[in-house]
Amino acid sequence: MSKTIVIGGGIIGLSLGWQLAKKGVSVEILERGKSGTGASFAAAGMLAPQAEMGFDDIELFYLCRKSLEMFPKFTYELYEDCGIKVELEKTGCILPGFDRDDAERLRRLYDFREKIGMPVLWVSSSEAREIEPFLSPKCTGAIWIDDDAQINNRKLLDALKIAFEKCGGKLYEDHEVENVNIKNGKVNGVKVHGIEVESDNVIVAGGAWSKQIPGLPENLLPPVRPVKGQIINLRLNDSCRVTKVIRAPDVYLLPKSDGRLIVGASCEEMGFDVNPTAGEIFKLLERGWEAVPAIYDLPIDSIDVGLRPGSRDHMPIVGDSDIEGLFFATGHYRNGILLTPITAYELSEWIISGNASSALNGFGISRFYKQTA
Amino acid sequence: MQSRADNISEEKMNKLTIADRSFNSRLIVGTSRYPDPQTMLEALEASGTELVTVSIRRLNLNADNGQESILGMLDRAKYSILPNTAGCYTAKEAVLTAQLAREALETNWVKLEVIGDDETLFPDVTELLKAAEVLIKDNFIVLPYCNDDPITCKKLADMGCAAVMPLGAPIGSGMGIRNPYNIQIIRDIISIPVIVDAGVGTASDAALAMELGVDGVLMNTAIAGAERPVTMARAMKLAIEAGRLAFESGRIPKRLYANASSPAEGIINS
Repeated sequence: MSKTIVIGGGIIGLSLGWQLAKKGVSVEILERGKSGTGASFAAAGMLAPQAEMGFDDIELFYLCRKSLEMFPKFTYELYEDCGIKVELEKTGCILPGFDRDDAERLRRLYDFREKIGMPVLWVSSSEAREIEPFLSPKCTGAIWIDDDAQINNRKLLDALKIAFEKCGGKLYEDHEVENVNIKNGKVNGVKVHGIEVESDNVIVAGGAWSKQIPGLPENLLPPVRPVKGQIINLRLNDSCRVTKVIRAPDVYLLPKSDGRLIVGASCEEMGFDVNPTAGEIFKLLERGWEAVPAIYDLPIDSIDVGLRPGSRDHMPIVGDSDIEGLFFATGHYRNGILLTPITAYELSEWIISGNASSALNGFGISRFYKQTA
Repeated sequence: MQSRADNISEEKMNKLTIADRSFNSRLIVGTSRYPDPQTMLEALEASGTELVTVSIRRLNLNADNGQESILGMLDRAKYSILPNTAGCYTAKEAVLTAQLAREALETNWVKLEVIGDDETLFPDVTELLKAAEVLIKDNFIVLPYCNDDPITCKKLADMGCAAVMPLGAPIGSGMGIRNPYNIQIIRDIISIPVIVDAGVGTASDAALAMELGVDGVLMNTAIAGAERPVTMARAMKLAIEAGRLAFESGRIPKRLYANASSPAEGIINS
């Protein structure tokens, strides 16, 4: 059976590795740092296919929705392989408005969601505060999406690591790829720690670092940049037991089953900088406090910073390339956790069968370099 | 004959001149808040702009070669970069930000913003004047974002700014030109370029600004926040051209009563 190297041990690399190894492929994951500590870890694990999408991004919306539908199968198979249950939690999501300008903005969102056939409900201020009593009394009305789900992405990462290794995959941390070796239009391996490692396939799943991997041809450099996100982990206690996801203007508050209340997230073009900053943390807390005044006394657990891999059009880059054996699975931006199942299932199937996935049609890297060629 | 129309578009339409540079488009576009960079690039293209403004404090100025970044995506042969000091609250911050931009982007142009408060994003006039003074002395080409206050604009112009950029309405509000009379007074009393900065919501707002005789319009959210930014960018391009041509062509006087366009009696004196 052929051998595959996956560059990157984040959630995308791990789940692809797991699916390939499960189907009998010999897989090695090469991770430049520690597996599952980047964007996959800092992510909040919201699985909202309609959140924060441009009005023209309908194809991405459908891809996200398909992926969401695959989650039960994905987590069940994972449980079978590693014994850890990671389940979808249907928390429901409320989008409150606090003044006239918010109401206008929410109305526009409401119309958009209705148009694309999303279940969506407009609720009054008192109804909103019955659904989530910790919501500020200043709420003037809200959108309520009761089937919005989330998942514990950190537990998911742990489970994927175990499942991957149980299926025979090998994970190498602190292994930064020094070159992708390409010969006569075909991949023949990578160089890492000065050693040439042969393989039939290489999958670039390096997240925000995907463009920095040496050896990729100029016209196949994935146009991916780091988009910095800061989040604050508060610890919920009896003074504030938020149970619903709250997406307020410019901030979300997300209660996790492990007792955290995540207040996130900034969206910054700061290169590879991962320092938390006063201003962004201040803004998140201020806006979070305006939406839920009771967060005031909650202890701060930690602050996390992640670098989302943002492609040029903010759509994922998943599929094959002109180079035989070279595949991409990167650029998932804000939808990495959500798009994990469809990326893992469809691309692993593609690599094994050699038949292009129709679900991934249009998401390949060719959409970028064909324009310039 | 078509040549007259051609002349107008060439002589009057073509050039927006600020300091020592001329631009074919009278539209200046911002680079924030687009759904994604690809949409931004297409919108810039559709807008026909040649001058784009970038927020220095919100961008990574130290991207290596080969690193994907917003600044790296902008074709410097096609677009001149106008760094702005958005997010600065004191003269000191604004000056430092402008100097940082000059070093990183190799341009001494700056769109000077000193914000007075979070909710309205109105300029802090005293800090703005202070910062403008320092930057002009430091050889910057200063384009200050200011209130639609003729006196402030006059001071900024007299001080040596390259243009004044009064707001039409608060940043991102899309409320249009709220005080066209002030804009008109500013236009009348100031000889350097007047650019309406902020407040435009849709194409008619941009056209109205141009009909008032200003030299250009700067916008960001009106395009970036539209449902379809690329087509809105084109709408704005056309509106700016239409407004400018209407201004150059001299509109008819307003009348209370009708004046038939097909008179019964011949108007050509025989």
